[in-house]
Amino acid sequence: MIKALIGRDVRRGLTGAAWLPIAFFLLVAALMPFAIGPDAKLLSRIASGALWIAALTAALLPVERLVEPDRIDGVLDQLFLHGMAEESIAFAKIAAHWLIFAPLLLIATIPASALLAMDGSSLARTEAALAIGTPGLASLAVAIAAVTAGLPRAGSLAGLLLLPLAVPLLIFGAANAFLLEAAISLLLTAGAPFVAGAAIRAART
Amino acid sequence: MTALLRFEGVALRRGGRSLFEGLDLELGPGEKLQVSGPNGSGKSSLIRLAAGLLRPERGRVERSPLALADDNLALDRELPLRIALQFWGGAFDEAMVQLGIGDLADVPVRLLSSGQAKRAALARVFASGSLLWLLDEPLNALDSDGADRLSRRIAGHVKAGGAVLAASHQPLPGEWRGLELSA
Repeated sequence: MIKALIGRDVRRGLTGAAWLPIAFFLLVAALMPFAIGPDAKLLSRIASGALWIAALTAALLPVERLVEPDRIDGVLDQLFLHGMAEESIAFAKIAAHWLIFAPLLLIATIPASALLAMDGSSLARTEAALAIGTPGLASLAVAIAAVTAGLPRAGSLAGLLLLPLAVPLLIFGAANAFLLEAAISLLLTAGAPFVAGAAIRAART
Repeated sequence: MTALLRFEGVALRRGGRSLFEGLDLELGPGEKLQVSGPNGSGKSSLIRLAAGLLRPERGRVERSPLALADDNLALDRELPLRIALQFWGGAFDEAMVQLGIGDLADVPVRLLSSGQAKRAALARVFASGSLLWLLDEPLNALDSDGADRLSRRIAGHVKAGGAVLAASHQPLPGEWRGLELSA
């Protein structure tokens, strides 16, 4: 059932709105030269940090469609009745979200780096840092989605919750401290299924 | 004979209001029980308690593997009906025919009428292979043909050793044990 759920969520993501966060990511990157000015030196100095901020805000966009549609439509109930623990449901949702979000983000980083006049080596470092950070970001997004599912104005609330929790990833990722970033990313990935699972249970009415 | 569903001294509070207390209930193979009562008396909550989707305030609920059909469709709207049902497994082709929606297999779920959607939700229960069926307002949106098909299938299921717990504010066709909840 876990495999089937991951497959279903990946299919729904790819045929649905999975492209929006990536388009948003590129748009934010494209805004930087307008806001900062066309000075290539300055742009390439701030590029890595700018891409991280774009990635964090892009990670926020899909939060409302990760858990809530399945809660309101009874899919989470039926999965439970088919013998899936809430933690397994959450894990499947994290895996599916990561499988779509991470590759698209890493691919979009290449054109974004050109917009910010990044050279090859700093692009490689940023790609590595984003790759390490994506499991943590995807886990955080699903956990926050589960916690805010069913609440009014869940989208804005999710932003207030997700962005502060993503700060450690941002600090270590933007500083290219790969081991520390990996540790944080692992911690988020390991904890998120339990947080999200408990939230799914608690949200039942 | 072991019970498929057993409530022992179950109490439930919703929104600070006690819906029922000290509720005992046993449902064995070959039995069907209709929960009735006015709106807000806790029929749906009782079904969700039986399903394990709610926890009782006090008391114990024991259940065997079960299937539930309520007002939530839980089928992917962009998919053809057959593919959407396939996700949940079981003998769904046969169930679709039994409910008279066999020719809707290729129709996207979002285009189904509410009666057809109800039949689809019931088809998932029929296909599940579970002995215990929980049906929340099974007659909602069903026409008389749908109701006939439903009661025929329920009769067959009960005969084969299954059990059905249904919540409905209107009388269900056939002979049912009754449980009346008061508001």
